[in-house]
Amino acid sequence: MHSTSLSTLHTGETATIVAIHADEALHQRLLAMGFRTGKRVELIRRARFSGPLQVRIGTTDILLRKIEAEKITVHRA
Amino acid sequence: MKRIALLGMPNTGKSTLFNRMTGASARVGNWPGITVELLAGKILLGGDMVEIVDLPGIYDLHGFSDDEQVVRHFLHDNVPDIALVVLNATQIERQLSLLLQLKQLNLNMVVLLNMADEARKYGITIDTARMSEALGIPIFLLSAKYGTGYGEAMQAVTRALRYTTPGLAENLRDQLKPDGQIEAEMAHVLQHSVQVPARLPDNLTNQLDHLMLHPWLGLPIFFGIMYLLFQAIFLFGQPLQTGVNDLFSWLREAAITPLLASLPAVLQGLLLDGVYNGVATVAAFVPLIVLFFLFMAIVEDTGYLSRAAFLMDALMGRMGLDGRSFVMLLMGFGCNVPALMGTRVMRSRPLRLLSMLVIPFSLCSARLQVFVFITAALFSPKAAPLVLFSLYLFSFASAILTALLFKRYFPNTEPFVLELPPYRFPTLRQMVLRGWHEVSHFIHRATKFIVTGVILVWLLTHLPPSAAPASAGTLAGMIGAWLHPLFAPIGITSELTIALIFGFVAKEIVIGALAVIYGLGGQALSHTLALQLDWVQAYSFMLFTLIYTPCLATVATLRSESKRISFMLFSIGWSLALAWLASFMFYQGAKVLGY
Ligand SMILES: Nc1nc2c(ncn2[C@@H]2O[C@H](COP(=O)(O)OP(=O)(O)OP(=O)(O)O)[C@@H](O)[C@H]2O)c(=O)[nH]1
Ligand SMILES: [Mg+2]
Repeated sequence: MHSTSLSTLHTGETATIVAIHADEALHQRLLAMGFRTGKRVELIRRARFSGPLQVRIGTTDILLRKIEAEKITVHRA
Repeated sequence: MKRIALLGMPNTGKSTLFNRMTGASARVGNWPGITVELLAGKILLGGDMVEIVDLPGIYDLHGFSDDEQVVRHFLHDNVPDIALVVLNATQIERQLSLLLQLKQLNLNMVVLLNMADEARKYGITIDTARMSEALGIPIFLLSAKYGTGYGEAMQAVTRALRYTTPGLAENLRDQLKPDGQIEAEMAHVLQHSVQVPARLPDNLTNQLDHLMLHPWLGLPIFFGIMYLLFQAIFLFGQPLQTGVNDLFSWLREAAITPLLASLPAVLQGLLLDGVYNGVATVAAFVPLIVLFFLFMAIVEDTGYLSRAAFLMDALMGRMGLDGRSFVMLLMGFGCNVPALMGTRVMRSRPLRLLSMLVIPFSLCSARLQVFVFITAALFSPKAAPLVLFSLYLFSFASAILTALLFKRYFPNTEPFVLELPPYRFPTLRQMVLRGWHEVSHFIHRATKFIVTGVILVWLLTHLPPSAAPASAGTLAGMIGAWLHPLFAPIGITSELTIALIFGFVAKEIVIGALAVIYGLGGQALSHTLALQLDWVQAYSFMLFTLIYTPCLATVATLRSESKRISFMLFSIGWSLALAWLASFMFYQGAKVLGY
């Protein structure tokens, strides 16, 4: 088990969130979207031309850019 | 009067509930951030009049974007007698955090877990009694869209009205507990009352997204859908418009003319060739507008907008914008004003301003009327839908060019984090409400601008009385001649120039103005236009109409949302310059090519 950033996951892969390194405003928004340490997150798909990622936490699907995903550290399952 | 406020995260169904409670037609859509302003309605509840307030969604009580500010100010200025907290039952696991934050404000709360229908489909079970006990707040499961559980919830709200209104702390933020504490509390409440299946059943949304968000097919499908929609609008809407037009012409001959026969000739002219022709020509577009907004309502409610944001974000990012800016461009197809206001969800001011600079290029339904009329008059039935589609592409192109040119003055690093809701479909009731809303909006604009507009045009084309109507000797002729050096190089005649001047107020007036200038309505006007203009002139005119300032309402919104007159003036100036340049290049280019 080693930690990596959410942006490195492959499609269909699931991981556990271990840390979020974002500024206050983004951090709060991520919390509200359901990004919390210990939660399982699945990468559903990536958009073309290095566009946003679609991830799933529980019953919520979220789009976020790669640069934001890099701020979220996860443990591969 | 007692006041009930609807609070909750975006896209949880607050406006749907508001419509159900008040019978109003607040805008509903499957997109977080449809409501960006406070909306109030009064109803009789438990024998008393109470005011219901629909608010924009908020994610938390910490940071605030411009739409969330509306909620903050509202809570600060008036403590609601009841805070009706609307949460999405299928996402209760994460949305509980907002409820726990709100709980610390000591409001008199009733919690509604909405979308019970979806929760059931997902196999999520919620023990509202236990949850209610754990939190000490009345909690009800309901479906605002379909009405199940609504009666019971309203009884609870009526009961809660009897409790006294608590005071609210001075500073909302200082009261909040640290997040860790909230997280522990969330886990505690959820553990005993909510059960979510480990794996959700593979649903329609997943399967559809497989196709809609396909890496290679996604964008072609997007443009394909758009093309089909506009083809459909042209196919169904244009005959409808012609039909209603004929009806108005018949009415004129059969009833209005005989009725006014006893009036003096000048007054007859003003009323018949001015007001009636102008207004009837515009009113003939009502069925087309209803049809158009039915399509818009369906697209907005399916949740496809968020998909469009996913598909386009990479491209928009390169232009200094993001996926949400693109969605606002799409919303602008209906009307630019709500699209401009929809940018309130953006926190970064430069991003908001740049988005607001490009949105007015979005081909709104008022401009659509002009284009449907002119393309039908000048192009073959086969070519017309293609011409219309090309104008939509020009609309995007103008927005893209503008963003690329000015992005360096609006640098931003706004994060792009957006929820992707499941696909939904509007109920018939929702569609009818929306259609009605747009018709009343249209009638409102019509009475406000169009009648005055066509009367003014009539006066300009008939004064001084010594000159022949619409000739060079009239006021309109003089204005046309004066602006001739500016408009001749782009192929726009003096009649069209007058129409464009009035089009600054609202695009609906353009066709009405032409009807008055030529003294003809409906079909007769189409025939005359086809004789007087060649297709290159007509297209140049449409390009100009597309790109220059949409209407006064948009200008006023640019001013109020940016809070800067200079920004508004810049937007007007740039769009005029771009409109002229685009028409010039098109017209002169076509001339050089021998058309
Ligand atoms: N399945 C289902 N869908 C619902 C229900 N209530 C609302 N919706 C849908 O959820 C979406 C959002 O509804 P809105 O009423 O616009 O939500 P809102 O909370 O006002 O959203 P914002 O104004 O963006 O904060 C729309 O597509 C509604 O049709 C419900 O009970 N069941
Ligand atoms: Mg709303």
